[in-house]
Amino acid sequence: MASGTAENTMSGLGPSAAAVMRHYQQQLRTRRVYTAIAIIVFLVALWASLDFANSANSGKFFERLPYVFDFIRNFVPDSPMEIVRAMFDLPSPYADGSLRYDYTSERVYITDGFYIPHFIYQLIITVNIALIATIIGFVLAFLLCFFASTNLVGAGATRWVVRRIMEVMRAFPEIVVAGLLTAILSIGPIAAIVAITIHTIGALGKLFFEVVENVDMRPDEGLRATGASWVERVRYAIVPQVLPNFVSYTLLRAEINVRASTIIGAVGGGGIGEVFRLAIGRDHAAKTYAIVILLLVTIIAVDQFSSWLRRRLIGQQFLDTARGAV
Amino acid sequence: MSTTMIHAAERDRLLATYPDIFRRSFWQRWGLALCVGITAIYLTICFAAFNVGPAFMQGRWDRAAIYVQDWYSWRAQPRLRFVDGAVVPQWSSRRQYPEGADIDWLRPMADGGYSVIYEGEDNRLDVHPDRVDILVGGTVYPVAITADGVVPPEGAPAGVVFDGTKVMVDYGFEGSAEIRGSQVYVQRRFLGWANFFFDIRSPFWGKSFGELTNLAFLAERVDTGRSNIRHMVDDFLGNTAWQHADILSKLLQTLVMAFVGTLLGTLFALPLAFIAARNITLNRAANWGMKRLFDFLRSIDMLIWALFFTRGFGPGPIPGIAAIFFTDTGALGKVYAEALENVDDKQREGVKSVGASSIAVNRFGVLPQVLPVFVSQSLYFWESNTRSATIIGAVGAGGIGLKLLEAMGTNADWDKVAYMVVLILLVVFVFDGISNALRSRLIGKPMH
Repeated sequence: MASGTAENTMSGLGPSAAAVMRHYQQQLRTRRVYTAIAIIVFLVALWASLDFANSANSGKFFERLPYVFDFIRNFVPDSPMEIVRAMFDLPSPYADGSLRYDYTSERVYITDGFYIPHFIYQLIITVNIALIATIIGFVLAFLLCFFASTNLVGAGATRWVVRRIMEVMRAFPEIVVAGLLTAILSIGPIAAIVAITIHTIGALGKLFFEVVENVDMRPDEGLRATGASWVERVRYAIVPQVLPNFVSYTLLRAEINVRASTIIGAVGGGGIGEVFRLAIGRDHAAKTYAIVILLLVTIIAVDQFSSWLRRRLIGQQFLDTARGAV
Repeated sequence: MSTTMIHAAERDRLLATYPDIFRRSFWQRWGLALCVGITAIYLTICFAAFNVGPAFMQGRWDRAAIYVQDWYSWRAQPRLRFVDGAVVPQWSSRRQYPEGADIDWLRPMADGGYSVIYEGEDNRLDVHPDRVDILVGGTVYPVAITADGVVPPEGAPAGVVFDGTKVMVDYGFEGSAEIRGSQVYVQRRFLGWANFFFDIRSPFWGKSFGELTNLAFLAERVDTGRSNIRHMVDDFLGNTAWQHADILSKLLQTLVMAFVGTLLGTLFALPLAFIAARNITLNRAANWGMKRLFDFLRSIDMLIWALFFTRGFGPGPIPGIAAIFFTDTGALGKVYAEALENVDDKQREGVKSVGASSIAVNRFGVLPQVLPVFVSQSLYFWESNTRSATIIGAVGAGGIGLKLLEAMGTNADWDKVAYMVVLILLVVFVFDGISNALRSRLIGKPMH
């Protein structure tokens, strides 16, 4: 049928045009075959993966689905106000002496009369972990990136070593760093800070040296002509060009790090992540929703603030491109 | 070299021409210094608030050295017990040698004792039934074993310490020993991973590479029921010390989580993004609603989704897939919608002008413009999710993350942790390569 239509369209053409047309049809057919093969391979891979995931899970998908709905239906606080009470550590009318409704004992007192609610205190820790890791990561990535860019470092070996270090830092599982440091320093936020910092150095370093490689080299040539040293050239020719991009990437990284520090917290780094894992593990609905709301508000606030700052620093076009180096 | 001189008139002219260079605002002058100062103060406060100093002081750094050494080396830890005038080696349940194995660093001696060789013949421990000869650099320091305990040697070097009940000998990386009245606790360290391929129950244990090749291709069947290669694969995967089969299947679970999660996210985000894009669906309420849905899915952290679904589906890859699917539908939907809103309208108008249906307009006027961006973004997400899936697994979703957390929890399986880290790094690098190759084919420019 396909060849029939091809013959029909070719009937009115001259011999050379017919050859082109035939060639075009052939290419179209090949392309369609490849597309079909790709789709089939994809579907087979998807089906095999789903089947594997289903058999590896502790309960099968369709067996467990009713439980999921039951869980969602039953996982509601006694009253909506409970969420507010859990969030701000106010006394609960449902208090029965159990941990579940005992909000007030978790207050963190600064002075005798003034306290910070437990969850907000943990949230502050989590955000600060992210912030510290971002700052230290930025400084170290900033120092490293100039040694990884082709236009500033001639020596292949330095560049190669620095880039490989960054790659390993980026790919190294954060929980391993956190786990090793937890074993040495005992539980605390330091393990989380170091783990996130290492990842930040790797991720930002890669983005930074790509920015440095794309700068305008004319200021550098000007400085070189005056006999400036390497450090002076970097300081006065490169840094002014790249700093807005650097800051923008760092802000983006800060957003990601807030999420990362929540997750690292859940696997033993402390902060809101751990509190959340405990709350949901013990079926404390009010506490869980209180933390979800707090986290939602924090993450949206951080995202909005950083995108506002980024938009002020450089244009809109930048917002979408940077996810790649996460 | 001569210094350039400028006279007053020239200077005034320069000042008048470039006022912004010579009279900079407060922020331009002091902004950077101020930022650095505030950051330094902030870090100092945090340093104090998080007790960084005390935590580092109290850190168990001696153990840290052992943990790190465990990544790339292993310890054999026999106890040489003094029983009825003889020395009896006793191994723990985690022993690395089978019963009756010929161990080249633990030689029996004529008087019923054992000689533990650390670094050549000059650095060894001769454990006799009644005394222990410590050899450091060829010099002998005898330690007498009596019914009351140990008698420390005279003039011992720095590596030999007596603490009142036991004599501790330190041979550096090679190992150490604790000599007590009842037993000598030997620790001998070797580079590499012990019994990585075959555990001590396997008939292939301790065979050299040449012997194994010979067994695999030429020799008689060890077990008549199956070929030797099959037997080797079974024994390798069933290695009780390293649990290869379990670790590899957990790694596969993590990869499946990332792959399926991202793929499903892409498949769902694609049509939803068309609804969210203002220039394609001309319904403000639908645009707004869909964008808020994306924001909601994206802003609830992957951790929260993972913990919720773990409670629902039970531990395993399904909650991981669901968590990645939910967050990625949100994140990809947002990116896709923004890409759709930036398409070139000329192509759509061209397709529309020949009377095409709205599906055909989107298929031939919009999709070809955005597909490379879509695929490249999805590939980025796939890469990043391969890493996130490890962590998501650790909070209960299963996969290699949980396995890692378990191995780290014992504080004794750091070699296994190293093995899993190597596997993860390998997989991440391979996938980065694949996705970079696919992306540069699609976009048509080299990426790195």
